[in-house]
Amino acid sequence: MKFQEELKDSIRKALPDLDVVLGWCGSFDPLHATPHFIRREEDIDKLEISPLSVHNLATYLPGLRGKKVGIVVKGCDSRSVVELLQENLINREDITIFGFPCTGVVDQAKIKKALGHAGNVRTCDISDSAIVIQTEDKAHSLTLTQMLADKCRTCRYPDAIISDYFVGDKIGEPAPLETDYAALEAFESLSVPERFGYWLKELDRCIRCYACRSACPLCVCRDHCAAESRDPHWLSQENNVRDKVMFQVIHAYHMAGRCTECGECQRACPVDIPVLMLKQKMNREIRDIFQYEAGVDPEATPPLLSFNMEEENITEKEW
Amino acid sequence: MELVKYLKSADLKSWLQELARENRVFAPRNEGDSVIFAPFDPEQEIAIVHPATLPPKKTVFPQSEKLVDFTYSKDPENLSRIMIDGKEVLPEGTAVVFGGRPCDVRGFTMFDRVYLAEKSTDIYYQARRENTTFITLACEKPETTCFCHWVDSGPTDATGSDVLATVVDGGYVLEALSDKGSKLLTSTLLENGESRKDEARKAHEKAAELLQDAPDLSGAPKKVLQVFDTMEFWEEAAAKCLSCGACAYLCPSCYCFNITDETIGMKGTRIRSWDNCMSAQFTMEASGHNPRPTKAHRLRNRVGHKFSYYPDIHDGVISCCGCGRCIKSCPVGTDIREIVLQAIEYEPAVGEEQADEQ
Ligand code: SF4
Ligand code: SF4
Ligand code: SF4
Ligand code: SF4
Ligand code: SF4
Repeated sequence: MKFQEELKDSIRKALPDLDVVLGWCGSFDPLHATPHFIRREEDIDKLEISPLSVHNLATYLPGLRGKKVGIVVKGCDSRSVVELLQENLINREDITIFGFPCTGVVDQAKIKKALGHAGNVRTCDISDSAIVIQTEDKAHSLTLTQMLADKCRTCRYPDAIISDYFVGDKIGEPAPLETDYAALEAFESLSVPERFGYWLKELDRCIRCYACRSACPLCVCRDHCAAESRDPHWLSQENNVRDKVMFQVIHAYHMAGRCTECGECQRACPVDIPVLMLKQKMNREIRDIFQYEAGVDPEATPPLLSFNMEEENITEKEW
Repeated sequence: MELVKYLKSADLKSWLQELARENRVFAPRNEGDSVIFAPFDPEQEIAIVHPATLPPKKTVFPQSEKLVDFTYSKDPENLSRIMIDGKEVLPEGTAVVFGGRPCDVRGFTMFDRVYLAEKSTDIYYQARRENTTFITLACEKPETTCFCHWVDSGPTDATGSDVLATVVDGGYVLEALSDKGSKLLTSTLLENGESRKDEARKAHEKAAELLQDAPDLSGAPKKVLQVFDTMEFWEEAAAKCLSCGACAYLCPSCYCFNITDETIGMKGTRIRSWDNCMSAQFTMEASGHNPRPTKAHRLRNRVGHKFSYYPDIHDGVISCCGCGRCIKSCPVGTDIREIVLQAIEYEPAVGEEQADEQ
């Protein structure tokens, strides 16, 4: 990317005062990136920012509390940072934020589908409009906008909401490629048995690895999650779909009005369960009731972390 | 005694249907964007072109299984006296697993050394293992994340399998490798496969040629142990790890479990369910002390167990079958190959040594 060198210069400048800077670098094949922990000057060269920089690095921040941490953020990642600040889960003075104008990241599941199989990728070249992937027997040319993550197709915050260093020119508010919550609304038009049947089918293959939880920047209970607590024993350890659904309900409730819809939960799932939709449902309700959007204003209090005697849009007393 | 048969692709489903009359048959199929092993359903496509997302681990080692059913009752003469009546629930019936890959099935041989040991045999595991027959599909070409040949195996290694199936023009060559396997190859749908054997051999050779050079891991057990106390090494290796359990649950050779009692009212079941050493709970002691308090400690155990502690007590066998699922499906791309190689190459920083000398 064009501003990558500029970004490296900013990191070089800031690194002496930081314990680590979080970014991305190449991974096990040309189609993947991986989080990159920059600790030493020589680590900076490996930094790569591209539409493969899918991981939301804000997930690491609560675990690094107490350290001086630099973090490279996409617009959506910066919302997680803001939300963590709103909830006092990280200290602003310990964090140095590097922003850049983000033009979107890919959805690996879409690419896998388009290729049929993504196990033998030899090269991957990404331009402004296309991804050209060479597999062992064929060159595939994919349209970048079609391979973008859903969140990027509706993105309204491509520039980091807060940053200490910003490289490149801000994009401002781009024209979304899709309307918010279109897929959710289509799903909601189904009957209750159809919807429930869908979740029973999808969650049946859940292996209870809890990657959805561990990848979430706002799931901060970490080693004390209700899912694995033995005392109290909230969830049975049986391999039944009832408990799997229950866990997703717990996760969605704990995220209501906090979730920034970064999509990490769904991206992390090794068996591609579309768990993000449950959180979107919660968020849309929060938006409609409280006119609130998570992670856009460091000074705001998330609605479910506050209390009003009389709520404007909730009628408790009908009499 | 070598029994070789040929099955036309078009007859695969009918054959599995025949086998399903007497066995529970598992085959890989598409669920959402993933491929998982599920009870064979002739209405659904069998997804065997590429290795499955999840290995067939649960066919012998279920995600959770009942060990004992129990009921509490009160002594009517003395209500403070509670009695418990328990009944062991052993797995019944036979199963056939079709379409696992060599690495997937070889994983069970690593379970065997632990659960079928002479000193203590796990009767639940034993019952399933003995009653399950594996028809394994030889791999035609390795994926980027495959490294079976680093760990003394390869794309056509049939260790642990009962029948090796090889894709040839128009169908499969099926080679029986055990008595259990021979017993499966009696259907009239199968033709004599002798004349197609060469084709299968050629396919095996071709797959072997596609492998890249493998590094020498013979020093791994010692080297991985040598960095045991070098916490910086593990902190760097685990920096990006999220400490979820995906890698272990997708691993054909990870065999750890937890036991819980699930009780409702006076009735309950004791179950065992998958557990994994990446979880904080794994080593949590009743006192609240956790000897593996951080993800660095946990990842050290995962790598150490597979590449050092296990081979140390099991004739040098590395308890990783090289399927690469932990690499491919890790949400942050943790690469176990990289960590092992780094451990092998690890030298304490020169600066540190000099500082010590001064
Ligand atoms: S949602 Fe917006 S900021 Fe986030 S990756 Fe997509 S385009 Fe970039
Ligand atoms: S619940 Fe999912 S989408 Fe929401 S913040 Fe967590 S990982 Fe992101
Ligand atoms: S990541 Fe997927 S498989 Fe793992 S617990 Fe979450 S939903 Fe289940
Ligand atoms: S290595 Fe990857 S899959 Fe395994 S616990 Fe860490 S983040 Fe999860
Ligand atoms: S690596 Fe961990 S989960 Fe896997 S078998 Fe070893 S101790 Fe168990």
